[in-house]
Amino acid sequence: MNNSISHLCFFQSLPLIILKLDATQTHRVYYCCCIIVLTLHFPPPLRLTQRMSAADADMVAQLSLLEIANLLLAKLLSYVPSLPSHGPIFELLHHAFYEAPAYHLILEGLLVLSILWLVVRKSDKSKDKGPKLTAKEVEEIIAEWQPEPLVPVSGPEPVVVPVVQGPAAAFVQIDGQKKINLASFNFLNFVGNKKVEDAAVTSLKKYGVGSCGPRGFYGTIDVHLELESKLAKFTQTEEAVLYSYAFSTVASVIPAYSKRGDILFVDEAISFPLAQGVLASRSTVKYFKHNDMADLERLLIEQQREDAKLAKKAKLSRRFVVVEGLYANTAEIAPLKRLVELKWQYKVRIMLDETFSFGVLGDHGRGITEHFGISPEDIDIMTSSLEHAVGSIGGFSYGKTFVMDHQRLSSQGYCFSASLPPLLASAALCALEAMEKSPDMFTTLRSRSKAIHAKLSTALGRHLVVSGDASAPMKFLTVKQTKGRAADEALLDLIVSKANDKNVVLTRARYIEDYERVQRPPAIRIALNIGHSEGEVENAIRDIAAAADEAAKAHSS
Amino acid sequence: MVKGDETKSKRPAPAAEQEEFEETPLRTAIWTYLGYAILILFGHFRDFLRDWGIEKTKFKRETGMQGFVPLFADFEAFYTRNLYMRIRDCWNRPISSVPGSHFDVLERATDDYNWNFRMTGRKIPLLNLGSYNYLGFAQNEGPCADAAAQAIREYGVASASSRTELGTSELHVKLEKLVAEFLGKEDAVVVGMGFATNSTIIPILCGKGSLVISDELNHASLVLGCRLSGASIQVFKHNDIEALERLLKRAVVEGQPRTHRPWKKIVIVVEGIYSMEGSIFRLPELIALKKKYKAYLWLDEAHSVGALGAHGRGVTEFHNVDPADVDIMMGTFTKSFGSAGGYCAGSKEIINHMRTHAHSSFHATSMSAPVAQQIISSMTVIMGRDGTDDGQRRIAQLADNARFFRTELKKMGFIVYGNDASPIVPLMIFQASKIAAFSRECLKRGVGIVVVGFPATPIITSRARFCLSASHTREDLEKALAVISEVGNLLGMKVSQKTPSRDYVLRR
Repeated sequence: MNNSISHLCFFQSLPLIILKLDATQTHRVYYCCCIIVLTLHFPPPLRLTQRMSAADADMVAQLSLLEIANLLLAKLLSYVPSLPSHGPIFELLHHAFYEAPAYHLILEGLLVLSILWLVVRKSDKSKDKGPKLTAKEVEEIIAEWQPEPLVPVSGPEPVVVPVVQGPAAAFVQIDGQKKINLASFNFLNFVGNKKVEDAAVTSLKKYGVGSCGPRGFYGTIDVHLELESKLAKFTQTEEAVLYSYAFSTVASVIPAYSKRGDILFVDEAISFPLAQGVLASRSTVKYFKHNDMADLERLLIEQQREDAKLAKKAKLSRRFVVVEGLYANTAEIAPLKRLVELKWQYKVRIMLDETFSFGVLGDHGRGITEHFGISPEDIDIMTSSLEHAVGSIGGFSYGKTFVMDHQRLSSQGYCFSASLPPLLASAALCALEAMEKSPDMFTTLRSRSKAIHAKLSTALGRHLVVSGDASAPMKFLTVKQTKGRAADEALLDLIVSKANDKNVVLTRARYIEDYERVQRPPAIRIALNIGHSEGEVENAIRDIAAAADEAAKAHSS
Repeated sequence: MVKGDETKSKRPAPAAEQEEFEETPLRTAIWTYLGYAILILFGHFRDFLRDWGIEKTKFKRETGMQGFVPLFADFEAFYTRNLYMRIRDCWNRPISSVPGSHFDVLERATDDYNWNFRMTGRKIPLLNLGSYNYLGFAQNEGPCADAAAQAIREYGVASASSRTELGTSELHVKLEKLVAEFLGKEDAVVVGMGFATNSTIIPILCGKGSLVISDELNHASLVLGCRLSGASIQVFKHNDIEALERLLKRAVVEGQPRTHRPWKKIVIVVEGIYSMEGSIFRLPELIALKKKYKAYLWLDEAHSVGALGAHGRGVTEFHNVDPADVDIMMGTFTKSFGSAGGYCAGSKEIINHMRTHAHSSFHATSMSAPVAQQIISSMTVIMGRDGTDDGQRRIAQLADNARFFRTELKKMGFIVYGNDASPIVPLMIFQASKIAAFSRECLKRGVGIVVVGFPATPIITSRARFCLSASHTREDLEKALAVISEVGNLLGMKVSQKTPSRDYVLRR
């Protein structure tokens, strides 16, 4: 009897609540639980029903919760002495109030209040709080509104880019002419390498082209695992995490660790993908001057002072220094030794992007840590690319397993993207093997870079300035006597086109002007390739010098 | 937030197609919550044991970093440690073959309850219901694979340069023309990664003072792109046209919050097929709204291009909508084309703007040559330009497979979400413990499936997701259905209240 009535009450009130509200499932289950508890907490009336006549019991069974609530109210009113109180319902409620323990009433009261709160909060949100307008006015406003065009009406025409015929190797074919390639980041000449291509074709014959899924859902192919362990071994770290695109690697890794409320100390010359990662993290960002450790230390000391004031908050906000090994925008090398000192002194972690330093710096091409003789363990999070020195596609992050594993569940570019096409992983594997086998390529690249730096400086000294670290395989050529941005750009473009006529392919370093945080000066960026002989490069430099002379003459007249 | 219930009375089904999201049965919902409650209580209990050194700690702790703020908050790790770790073997299963209609999964064994795996060296041949291989172009032989191999020989593997520097090859030019033609748009750009297409191009179309209206179930890359743009973002209930109209009306009438300045522009961001729901966006009604409120539309067709429509042109063709009404048609090549990367197609001005401003045009390496060639080849087949009816056959086979598979599952009494035409078929599992059970039992019986749970889905609606392919034969599907039915009985998963299956009734 007890049970049946409590169930009846429960089921009767249920549709009432469910239908009335546009609730989510969570809410509904919550209401239901509340109601179950409510009905079970009504023992006195249930006991009472045993003494009731059949007709009365039926009547109680017919009641919905709201009706009971009404009756409760009536009962409360009935406590006013002048009102008469009689009948089975009143008796029922009388027992409910006087025979139930106090905690029952309090609990039930709280449940009722919490339901009310949920209901009220929900309806509050959906209420339109806008100004009261008539339907006609609304229609008029809608008809009148004119949005801006989706893209600017007369935007700039795309720059005419050279279309490469065949592979973008050490020498490229453009417009049917064979030209020396000083534009693509093919430092170790793996683009166009026969062995790498063979590996890719073999892989293609086994796995097809696409992986058809993210890593979690059968997109993990054995070559991915092989490449990850090879990368970890190569970089002498515990674990590497493979991504399918270099841009999304850095842009995903930063927000995977640094969240709102954390603090990033960022070099102001960082490359665009890193800047996107910094933006996506929504952390507090503090920029320091490019490669200026004194400036970074000043920020860190400032932070220490702030932390002393807000000790509680400081205990929760993670801090990272975001730097690049070899800067894409300046070709300068980060002072990593000092950075590591600062890390231990001020307890900030280091996020290091080795997009350009991996496969370039260090005796075995392991990057900037090897270059400075620093243990990779001292760096918390490292990212790099397979698209530059390695000459394939993809990116990877590496470091301690404890740190890296987190990305496999929390990094957007890793979790929500199809995995790297297996043939590209095989190509990268093949290139890495070659790098392991003949580390002399790194010393060649570096000595070549230094020699060319000096040669470029003397050959082009009249019109252009060569910047970047001497041992970096890319050089920035900027205008010596600047005549304003537009004029400089025009001059550089002219040099590029004149050099192209002499079969030397150069490129200006391209930036998205509206979106870069710091404007970079217009520059031609030269990228070296160990596939060129010294003689070929010397000829190219002579041609560039001649092109610069011609262009400067044409430009000034 | 919770999708299982958004359905019932509010949304009239589109006339032509049935789209359903059956309500979670209350009993199932209560059990599911109860299951999580037990898991969480037990997790806390074990953490307590670990803290007191009674249970051996298997997870790594960071050492040597005294004085640093911990890298991860402990409560973040709780879920991973105590729930995910128990069933980790259901994901990241490595494969060792082409992800076609069948594949070889490398068997993993664990000696410490999933904390570490070792390879046993055994390969398990499975029927593949997990890969996005809608039109069956995941192939390692045949004309497409040969052409891709040829492309490697001719163009190398990659370019080591961006599109605006020296990364543009003839293949890219050819591919972009073909994509534009295939979709019926003026022009197109391609990007080397699908995820990056959204996250690097949306930010250049809107910014501060613009409003993005986004479906609540949009893919992470769309959400990231919108967030990076700096525009205000408003979210509407999945596929709910009325909710969308309310937002649009309020946005136009009231303008920006506080200042009430009119919005500079409004961009609606939706997907064609939703990959976790199998639902297809109600595009015709959306187009009408977009015209009325002069909003712009970014349509992500990652899963629908190739897989929907009589000629594989995606959701516009499926709904018979003029592609000109969609401002930006975005999609990926990972799924139907068996390749990688993404595209945006639109008017000449829009695409020019992308070429001159998109982050990916400047700071990302251009698409790899074999990848581009694979798309060209498969798209040529789909368009019937290879001189065969192979493309049409694949499209018809996929549509047929999708309908057959879904109908059969429903007949068996499973709760299946989404549109009848969708090649993605989510089957509701609900209880957390059944996620792993379902996946493992299917694996045992030779079927590789994908299961998804919290946090990828709402806590209550864990599901298995089947992706059908034109490469599945009727026998493949019948075998899969038999297995799924058997496992479904075993786990008591046939809980649909619409068509209670005979087995289920009998069991009760």
